[in-house]
Amino acid sequence: MSLDEYRKREFKQVGQRVRRPDGVDKVTGRAMYGADATAPGMLVGRILRSPHAHARIRGIDTSAAEALKGVKAVLTGADLPAQEDDFIRDVQDNCMARDKALYDGHAVAAVAAVDAATARAALKLIKVDYEVLPHVTDVDVAIKPGAPVVQKGRSLENVPAGMSENVTSHCEFGHGDPAAGFARADHVVERHFRTAATHQGYIEPHAALASVTSDGKAELWCCTQGQFFVRTLCAAIMGMEASQLRVTASEIGGGFGGKTTVFIEPVALALSRKAGRPVKIVMTRDEVFRATGPTVHTSTDVKIGMTKDGRITAAEAHLRYSGGAFPCGTVDMGAQAAFAAYDLEHVRTYGWNVLTNRPKEAAYRAPGAPQSIYAVESVVDELCQHFGLDPIDVRLKNAARKGTKSSYGPTFPDIGLIATLEAAKKHPHYSAPLQPGQGRGISCGFWFNFGGNSCVSLNINTDGTVGVTEGNPDIGGSRASISLMAAEELGIEYDRVRTIVADTSSLGYNDVTDGSRVTFAVGLATIKAAREAVRVMCGRAAKIWGIDAEAVEWKDGAAVPAGPNAGKFPPMSLAEIAAVSFETGGPIAGHHEVNVDGAGVSFGVHIVDVEVDKETGQTTVLRYTVFQDAGKAVHPSYVEGQMQGGAVQGIGWALNEEYIYGADGRLQNPGFLDYRVPVASDLPMIDTVILEIPNPGHPYGVRGVGETGIVPPLAAISNAVSRSAGIRLSELPMSPPRVLKALGG
Amino acid sequence: MRYLAATTAREAAEALAAEAGVTRVLAGGTDVLVQMKAGLVEPDLVVDIKKIPGIATITPEAGGFRIGAAVANAVLGEHEGVRALWPGVVEGANLIGSTQVQGRCTMAGNLCNASPAGDAAPGLVAANAVARIAGPEGERDCPVADIPAGPGKTTLKKGEVITSILLPARPARASDAYLRFIPRTEMDIAVASAAVSLELDADGTVKAARVVLGAVAPTVVVAEDAGRTLVGTKLDEATLAKMAKACEAVCKPIDDKRGTVAFRTKTAGTLAKRAALIAYARAGGAK
Ligand SMILES: Cc1cc2nc3c(=O)[nH]c(=O)nc-3n(C[C@H](O)[C@H](O)[C@H](O)COP(=O)(O)OP(=O)(O)OC[C@H]3O[C@@H](n4cnc5c(N)ncnc54)[C@H](O)[C@@H]3O)c2cc1C
Repeated sequence: MSLDEYRKREFKQVGQRVRRPDGVDKVTGRAMYGADATAPGMLVGRILRSPHAHARIRGIDTSAAEALKGVKAVLTGADLPAQEDDFIRDVQDNCMARDKALYDGHAVAAVAAVDAATARAALKLIKVDYEVLPHVTDVDVAIKPGAPVVQKGRSLENVPAGMSENVTSHCEFGHGDPAAGFARADHVVERHFRTAATHQGYIEPHAALASVTSDGKAELWCCTQGQFFVRTLCAAIMGMEASQLRVTASEIGGGFGGKTTVFIEPVALALSRKAGRPVKIVMTRDEVFRATGPTVHTSTDVKIGMTKDGRITAAEAHLRYSGGAFPCGTVDMGAQAAFAAYDLEHVRTYGWNVLTNRPKEAAYRAPGAPQSIYAVESVVDELCQHFGLDPIDVRLKNAARKGTKSSYGPTFPDIGLIATLEAAKKHPHYSAPLQPGQGRGISCGFWFNFGGNSCVSLNINTDGTVGVTEGNPDIGGSRASISLMAAEELGIEYDRVRTIVADTSSLGYNDVTDGSRVTFAVGLATIKAAREAVRVMCGRAAKIWGIDAEAVEWKDGAAVPAGPNAGKFPPMSLAEIAAVSFETGGPIAGHHEVNVDGAGVSFGVHIVDVEVDKETGQTTVLRYTVFQDAGKAVHPSYVEGQMQGGAVQGIGWALNEEYIYGADGRLQNPGFLDYRVPVASDLPMIDTVILEIPNPGHPYGVRGVGETGIVPPLAAISNAVSRSAGIRLSELPMSPPRVLKALGG
Repeated sequence: MRYLAATTAREAAEALAAEAGVTRVLAGGTDVLVQMKAGLVEPDLVVDIKKIPGIATITPEAGGFRIGAAVANAVLGEHEGVRALWPGVVEGANLIGSTQVQGRCTMAGNLCNASPAGDAAPGLVAANAVARIAGPEGERDCPVADIPAGPGKTTLKKGEVITSILLPARPARASDAYLRFIPRTEMDIAVASAAVSLELDADGTVKAARVVLGAVAPTVVVAEDAGRTLVGTKLDEATLAKMAKACEAVCKPIDDKRGTVAFRTKTAGTLAKRAALIAYARAGGAK
C-alpha cells in the first residue's frame, strides 16, 4: 500500500466553504438530467414487466404490437446474444429476462414507438405465455432445503451440503478461538436480527437516450454513477467495441450506489439498433422500486461475550443475506465489516448469500455494513445495559487502533476511531439531560473506502485559468473538491479552476463513483496532474530565464529561482507563464493515470435522542449528532452534507423504510407514499463534528466520507428506542405497528 | 377524453348525466389528475366545476357557514370565522398533503374521492355537515355522513355534483378536534384517525358528543357508543378508557402494508381520547 503520500502542510484553498459550481444550474432548472436529453427523430421506449414473482416464459407473441401503427421496434430476451461470462449474463438477464421472469417487475419485453401513448398501447398487445412457478421472497425461507429454487446451478463449491440450492456462496473471516473466548466471559448475549431491504430513494429516476447508427457507432446519454462501466457492460451486451460506444453521463439526481450498473441502457441501445432511430427510456417511480437495485435483506445471529468490566472476550456472527434473484457478494462485505470497530482476540464471521425472487441488489452506501453492524452494535449495547456500563467507555475499551489486527485480516494503520469516540464523549450532546421517557443511543460505524482507477487531465489555459477534466459523475460535491485541490496545488484561487466530467471518449478509464473513492482517488490524481503541470511550467520559466529546469521551483502560484545560486529573476505567475506558452513550447497540461491504493478506512460514531410514544409506537428523533473522521475535509460543507445525508437515510431505514412483499410475491409499496423515506419535518437538525486524522495514503490526508454515515443510525436508534421504551427490537424497520406490538399493545 | 369547464351547476350535472362513459368531476384535481397520470382511470369526460360562479366562496348562513365545493383548503384555513366555529373540521382539511396540495384540494373532493382514510371526512361527519347537491333533476340536501359508500364509492347518483357543504351553527362552549396517525409527520395517509365534537354545560360537563373514526372501516364510522360514554362526564380517565374501548369495538379495519388490524384498532381509540381532550379544552372545559 502507498501509505507515505501524506505531507503535513498549511492549506490556503482546501478547507474553504467555496461556492458550489453546479448550484446556479440546479436552482434555475437548467441542469441537464438524464430525462432532459433529446435527439432528432427520437422514439419513446417502454418496458413490459412481469406481474409474477417467478414464472417460466413459454413464449412471447409480439406480432400484434409490431403491427400497431407507430411502433418501430419490439425487443425480447431472444434479441440479445448468449453470454459466456456469468457476470455479464446476469446483468443482461436482469435487464431483459431470457427464459424465466425472476421477480415482480422483471423486464420481459420492450417497445419503441413514436409517442408514449402508442408505446403504452403496444405493451398491452404483447402476449406473454407464463407458467407461474412457486416463489420465495424471504431469505430465511429460501435458505431451507425444499424452498423453490430461483436459479439452478449457481452454488459455488464452498457452500456446505444440506442447504437449498438458493445458497450461492459462503464466506468466513476472523481469527482466534471464539469458544475459548466465550468461556472467559462473565456474560454472553446471543440474538437474532432481521433487516428489510431498502431502496436508495434517489429522486431522479433512471433515464437513457441511445442512438445507434447504421455504421455501428453509438451514443448513449444516461444518468449514471459511472459512464465507463456502463460502456463496459453495454459494449459486452451489444457486442460492440469500446471505441464505437460513447457514453456521456448526465447531471445526476442522486445515486447512493444505485446507479452503478445498468437497467435500461442496453434496452435503449438494442431498441435503437433495431429501430434505426434514437430511443429514450425514462423509468417511472413504480419501475424504479420494482426493477432497479435495492439493498439485500438480511437475517443475522450475533453472539458476544463480555467481562463485567466491559472487555469483549469473543464475538461471532452468522449472516444470511439475499440480494435477490442473482448471486451477489454483499454478505462478504457485511461479514468483514461486522466487528471492524473492535480489537478482538477471538472473532469469527460466517456469511451465506441466498437467492430470492426479488430484484437484483445494487450498491447502497457501505453495502452490507449497516445490516451486520446494526446487529453487532445492538448486542454490545445490550451487554452495556446488562453490566450498567457506559456505552462509549465500553467501546473505547475495545476500540480498534493502530496496530490492531482487524477482524477481516489486515492490520490497521493510523485510524480515527478512538479520537472519534473521545470527541463524542466530550460533546455536550452526550451529557445533556434527558426528559422522562426519552432515550439516548450510540453506535459506531465503519467503512473500508476504496481507491481505484482514476485518470485526470489538467489544462492550463492561456488566460491563466485552469480546466480539470475527470471522469466521475459528481454525486456529492466532487467537482468543487477537485477544483479546490487543483487550486491548492497550483497556488491559485478556486474561482480560476473549472472541473468537468468527461464522456468515455475523452479520457482514459475511471472506475465508478462509488466506495467513497472520488475525492480521495481522483483528488490524488488531480494533485499529481497539477504537479506535472507545475513541472512543465517550471521548465518554461527556466527556458525563459535561460537556467536549468532543476533550478526553478514553484511557490505561491509562481515559478521562482530555487535559491540564490539560480540567479535573480522576478517570480513568474501561472498566468504569466500561460500567456506566453505558445512561444515557449506550446500548450501546457498535466496528466495523471493511476490505480490508487491506500484509501484509509473511515469510522464514525452517532449519538441520537429519541422519544417513543408508548400508545402508538411512534418514534420521534429529537436530537442527532454525527462524529466522523474525514482525514481532511476538503470542502467542509459537502463533508457535513455527506454525514447528514447518511444519517437521514439511516433514520429512514431504522424507522420506516422497507420493501413489503405480499403472499403473491409482488411488491406492495412501489412508491414514495408507502415506501416511507423521512420528510424534512420528521427530522431534527443533524449536527456534525468532523475529525481530521490524516490518511497516510493521500497527499492531503483525505479519506472517503460518503458511506460511513449510513452505518451507525440503525443501531444507534434501536439502542435509543430500547432506553426510551424499555424494549429491544431485533427487526428493522421499527415501524409503529411493530413497536406497539413489542410494547404489548 | 373531453374536457368541459361548466359555467353552471346544471350544465355540469347534465353533461355528466349524458355521458355514457367514465366521468370525473375536476375540483382541485389532486386525486383525479394523480389517478389519471398513474393510469388508474381513463375518463371519457372531465367536468371542471371551478368556473361556476360562487362555487369557490365561503358564506355565513344561519349562524354557520356554507363552504363552496371549489374552496381550496388553504383558503378555508385562512377563514377566521370557520376556524373559530369548527376548528376540528379545518384542521382535518388542512392536514391534507403539502402547501402545494393545499392550494388546490377541496373538502368536497376529499369526500367524493371516498378514501376511507380521507382527512376531511371525519370532521365533517362529526360536525353533522350537510352537502348541497345539484343533479339533472334539481337540487337536494344530504348529510355528509350519508355520502361515502365504500372505498372509492359514494351514494351520489349519476350526474350529481356537490355544490357546497353547510357547517351548521353551534352553541357556545362547543368545539371539535381531529387527529390522525401517520408514520411520518406529513405527506402520508392516515392509518387511523378520529374526530370528536363536543358541547359542554356551563360547569364543563359534556352535554353532547359525536365521535367519528377514519381509516378503520370501508367508510368513516360514527362511534355512537363512544359518544354516549362521554355525555355527562368531564372526561375523567376512566371515561376516556371506556370511550377508547367503545371506539375499538366499532373498528373493522383491514390488515395491509400501512398497518395491522390490531394497530389500527388500538390507535383509533388512542386518537379519539387525545382528540376528545383537545376538543374539551377548546370548548372551554377546564381540566
Ligand atoms: C401529494 C398528495 C398528498 C395528499 N395527502 C392527502 C392527505 O394527507 N389526506 C387526504 O385525505 N388526502 C390526501 N391527498 C388526496 C387529495 O389531495 C384529497 O383527497 C383532496 O381533498 C381531493 O380534493 P380535490 O379537490 O383535489 O379532488 P379532485 O381530485 O378534483 O376530485 C376527487 C374526486 O372527487 C370527485 N369530485 C370532486 N369534487 C366533486 C364534487 N364537487 N362533486 C362530486 N364529485 C366531486 C372527482 O370526480 C374525483 O373522483 C393527497 C394527494 C396528493 C397528490
